[in-house]
Parts: sequence; structure tokens; C-alpha cells
Amino acid sequence: MITLNHYLIVAAVLFVIGMIGVMRRKNLLMLFFSTEILLNSVNIGFVALSHYLNDLSGQIFAFFIIAIAASEVAVGLGLLILLYKRKNTVDLDVIQNMHG
Amino acid sequence: MFEAIAFYVFSALTIVMFYVTVTTNNALYALSALAAGMIFISGFFFLLDADFLGVIQLIVYSGAVMAMYAFGMMFFDSTKVVKEKTHSARNVFILTALSAIIIVAILTAPVIADNAQALFQPFADKGNVENLGYVLFTKYLIPFELAAVMLLVAMIAGIVLASKKMDIPLEKDAQ
Repeated sequence: MITLNHYLIVAAVLFVIGMIGVMRRKNLLMLFFSTEILLNSVNIGFVALSHYLNDLSGQIFAFFIIAIAASEVAVGLGLLILLYKRKNTVDLDVIQNMHG
Repeated sequence: MFEAIAFYVFSALTIVMFYVTVTTNNALYALSALAAGMIFISGFFFLLDADFLGVIQLIVYSGAVMAMYAFGMMFFDSTKVVKEKTHSARNVFILTALSAIIIVAILTAPVIADNAQALFQPFADKGNVENLGYVLFTKYLIPFELAAVMLLVAMIAGIVLASKKMDIPLEKDAQ
């Protein structure tokens, strides 16, 4: 029998995978991918809660998260292309030009 | 029984795919693994009776977002491996401790929030899509319209940022 906790544990594991990606990758494209993983793991949590509480709010929130993820990709990729044209690389360390 | 088998298969596949995405050095492998993981996540949604979100996940993530990344990667030399600086031991220690704290917080949060209450119970005689429509267009109408405006702004931003003289390097562009 699959309970709510099973789904929440999977969502937590996926969230930690995405967070490890955000923290240790230096390739900006990989950072975007990791952000998608984070958003998706939260979606799983929301939909599971919505199913087990018999409540539709979770699905609505997941719906809005998908809309936000889509617009994040549009703007983020535009900025990434501009950065690549300017610096000729997608390495995160290259943007860091203030050595404090 | 069927639900349990499907759940374990989908969770194993999703975790493996996202692990590959996070650890691989090749951007194309990461893109393919991410797309596969998104498709398996839609399997979770179908298991949880959220048919509409499952279809949206397939169309928006595996369709639109992945296609957008694929097109975006055509502007980079995506087969080139980006040399990533390795972290110092102190950084690794701090990041590990931070992740441990966060995973404990995530896992204990459902226990603390055990008294969550249902706000909008679905009608039993209607399907998932119809119920979602009722809630979305009554209780969440203004957020829905705001999301539409946000998507429009994002589309304009994407066009302005990316499509301006794509083939010319920026230095020549400025002259």
C-alpha cells in the first residue's frame, strides 16, 4: 500500500538531488536543469498531498509552478545566450568579476 | 498491488534519470536524461488521479521546455566539456551539512503539518479536468490571469533577449 509518505520521501530525494546539482555544478546550463528538477520534485509533493487530502489546491499550485517554470526557461535561456555571446562560455566562475 | 509496482518503478527511474542529469559532464546526456525524468514524473501524476496535470507535464515539460533547451543549446558549443573548478574541503563540508539539515527539515515537515485541512473538495461525480476547471476559474481566477500576463512578459523578454541579431557577435553589434 502506497501512502502519502512514500510520495513525500520520493519528492524529498528528488529535491535533494536537484539541490546538490545547484550547489556543486558550475555549468550554467546544468544549473537550469537542476532548477527544473527542484520545481518538479515540489510538484510531486503538491499533487500527492492533493490526492491524499482530497483537495484540489495542490494541483492548482502545481499548475502555477509549471507556468512559472516555463517563463523562467524563456527568460533564463535568453540571458544565457547573451552571456555566451559576451563571454564565449557558460561557466559560472567567469561571471564573477569582482574579486572581493 | 499494481499501484505499488508502478510507484516503485517510476520512482527508481526518476531518481536514476535525475541523478544522471546532475552528475554527467555532457550537456546532451543531461538534456536527454532530464526529458526522460519529466516523462516518468507525469507517470506519478497519472497514478495520483491528476490526469490534467499529467498531460500538461508531458506537453509543457517534455514538449515545450525540452525543445526550448534543445534550441537554446544550438547557440552554444554544447559538446564542449566545461571545466568545473573543484571545491575546497571546507566548501564540501558546509554544503554536505546544509543538505543534511534541509533533508531532515523536508522529511519532518509533513509530521508537523499533520493538521492540514482540505479547502476545495472535488465533486465526486465530475472528472479531474472538470473539477480543476471549477476551482481554477472561480477561486483562482486572478492568479490565473496574472500567470497569463507573466507568460506574455516572459515571451516578450525571450524574444528581445535572444532574437536580436543572433548571428553577429556582441562586439560587432555594439559598433
